[in-house]
Amino acid sequence: MGKHIVILGGGTAGTMTANRLCRTYDDRRECRITVVDQDDDHLYQPGLLFVPFGLAQPDHLVRPRPRQLDAAVDYKQARIERVDLDARTVHLAGGIRLPYDVLVVATGARLLPEETEGLTGPGWGEKVFTFYDLPGAVGLHEALERFEGGRLVIDVADLPLKCPVAPLEFAFLTDWYLQRRGIRDRVELTYATPLDAAFTKPVAAKALGGLLKEKGVELVTEFTLGEVDGERGRLVSYDEREVPFDLAVVVPLHGGAEYVERSEGLGDELGFVPVDPHTLQLPGHPAVFAIGDAAGLPASKAGSVAHFEGEVLVHNIGRHLAGQPLDASFDGHANCFVETGFHKALLIDFNYDTEPLPGHFPGPLGLPLLKESHASHLGKLAFEWLYWHSLLPGRELPGIGSAMPEHGKNRASA
Amino acid sequence: MPTTTYAGSAVPVDDEGFFTDPARWTEPMAEQIAKEAGIDTLTDRHWIVIRFMREQYAAKGTGPTVRVLGKTSGVSVKELYQLFPKGPAKTAAKIAGIPKPRGCI
Ligand SMILES: Cc1cc2nc3c(=O)[nH]c(=O)nc-3n(C[C@H](O)[C@H](O)[C@H](O)COP(=O)(O)OP(=O)(O)OC[C@H]3O[C@@H](n4cnc5c(N)ncnc54)[C@H](O)[C@@H]3O)c2cc1C
Repeated sequence: MGKHIVILGGGTAGTMTANRLCRTYDDRRECRITVVDQDDDHLYQPGLLFVPFGLAQPDHLVRPRPRQLDAAVDYKQARIERVDLDARTVHLAGGIRLPYDVLVVATGARLLPEETEGLTGPGWGEKVFTFYDLPGAVGLHEALERFEGGRLVIDVADLPLKCPVAPLEFAFLTDWYLQRRGIRDRVELTYATPLDAAFTKPVAAKALGGLLKEKGVELVTEFTLGEVDGERGRLVSYDEREVPFDLAVVVPLHGGAEYVERSEGLGDELGFVPVDPHTLQLPGHPAVFAIGDAAGLPASKAGSVAHFEGEVLVHNIGRHLAGQPLDASFDGHANCFVETGFHKALLIDFNYDTEPLPGHFPGPLGLPLLKESHASHLGKLAFEWLYWHSLLPGRELPGIGSAMPEHGKNRASA
Repeated sequence: MPTTTYAGSAVPVDDEGFFTDPARWTEPMAEQIAKEAGIDTLTDRHWIVIRFMREQYAAKGTGPTVRVLGKTSGVSVKELYQLFPKGPAKTAAKIAGIPKPRGCI
C-alpha cells in the first residue's frame, strides 16, 4: 500500500510543495499526493501592491488553481473543517474524511479586519481600505483616483503580517503616484507601525526609515491600532494616540486558518502551527509539517520564505517516510524586493540570525542589497513570470538555494 | 554585562534593563522594577499578567506579544494598556524579570 501525503491549502506553499513532491515520488503506487483548497482561484498576491496604482490589472493576477498542479496530484476543492491528529484524518465539508500518512499544513494566513474595533464600520470601503485582498485593492484604486488631497495614512495594525515590507512599498509608491498626478504637495503622508522603527532589524530600519524621510513620509512608531473611527477620520492606538486621516490604508490583524483553531493540538493562540523552526515538524506529531504563512515561525511570512522552506520540507518528508531522523534544517532565509517608486527597488536578504545587511546578492557580483537600483525593480517585475513558471512548478532557482548566502554580505556595517 | 540591584541583590540585565537570567528574579523585586517603570502600585490585575508572563516564558522561551496576552491572559488588550501604559508586553516582561519578548517579523 502506498503512502498518502495530504497538503492542506493550494496557495503558494501548497502548490510548490505538491509539485516538488511529485518529482520526488513519480510512482503513484509508492506515494499519493492530495491537495485541498476551498476555491479555484490562485491569486498572485504580490500583484496586489500594484493594483491600487493602476499598475496591475486584477484579472491578470488570478489563474485556475488545479492548472498549477502537476497532473499526478489529486486536487479536491472543499472547505477544511478540522484535523484529528490522533486519528490522522482531515475532515472536509460535506462529511468527507481524508486519512493521511503525512500532513502538510499550507493554509496560509487569514485577514481579521473585524477584530479591530471600528475597522469594518463606517467608512470601510469608502475612506478606509486594505490592499491585502483583491476587492480591497480594487476599491482602493478607485478611491486613490478620486483623492484630491488631504491626510493619507498607511497603518499596520499589529504583527505578524504577511510580506512585512509591502506596507512600506505602498508608502513609497503612494509618494510616486501622487507626484505623477501633480498633487503630492496637497497630501500629508503618514506611516504608522507597531514597531519602534520603520522595520524590525536596525540596519534595514535605518535604510528604509531614511527612504521614508527622503520622500516626506511622517513615521509614527509603536502605534498599535486599537480603534478606527471612520466617521471622524481618526486611527486611535491602544495607548490613546490619534492619527487623523482622510484616506486610511490599513493592514488588518492576521491569524491562521479558522479550522486550525478548531483542531485540538494543531495551532497556537493565533491559529498558526507552532512547528520546529528548523525541521518544520510539529513537536509531538512527527507526521505533521507546516509551511508558508500557516507556520508559526520567527521568520517573515513571504512567498520567498515558503520557497526556501520547501526544499527542507520535501527532504524531511522523505526522511520521515523512510523512518530516518530528520536532517535538513531551515535557517529562516527570506529574500524580498522592496519597490521604492520611480522604477527603482531595493533588495533585502536575511535569515533567523542575520539581519538584512548591505552588500550584494547572491554573491559579490550580484544585485546590490539595501540600495535602490533599476535592476532590482526589473527583478521585482520579472518575479511574476518566475512565480507562475518556475516557483509554483517547484523548480529550483539556479544559484539561489535554501541556505542564506554569506559571501557578498557586508558585515562591517552591521 | 550590566547589573542592577533589586531588593538587595545584584542581577544581570541587558542594555535595556531586561533580566537575562529569569531565575534570579524574586517577587519582592517586582514592586521596585514597576516603580522605575512608572507604575506606583501593583494590583491583583497586574499580578495576573506578571505571573502569566513568567509561565509563558517557562513554557515557550519567550514572553508573549500584547495580542497573545489579550487573547490568553484573561486581561483584554485595552485593560493591559491601562495597567501598563507604556507598552504592556515590554513593561510586564521587565517587571516579571524575563528577557525582552522577541516579536515576530
Ligand atoms: C500585498 C501583498 C504583497 C506581497 N508581496 C510579496 C512579495 O513581493 N514577495 C513575497 O515573497 N511574498 C509576498 N507576499 C506574501 C505571499 O503572497 C505569501 O507569503 C504567500 O502567498 C504565502 O503562501 P501560503 O501558501 O502560505 O498561503 P496562501 O498563498 O495564502 O495560500 C493559502 C491557501 O489556503 C487555502 N485555505 C485557507 N483556509 C482553508 C480552508 N479552511 N479550507 C480550504 N482551503 C483553505 C486558501 O484558499 C489559500 O489558497 C505578499 C502578500 C501580500 C498580501
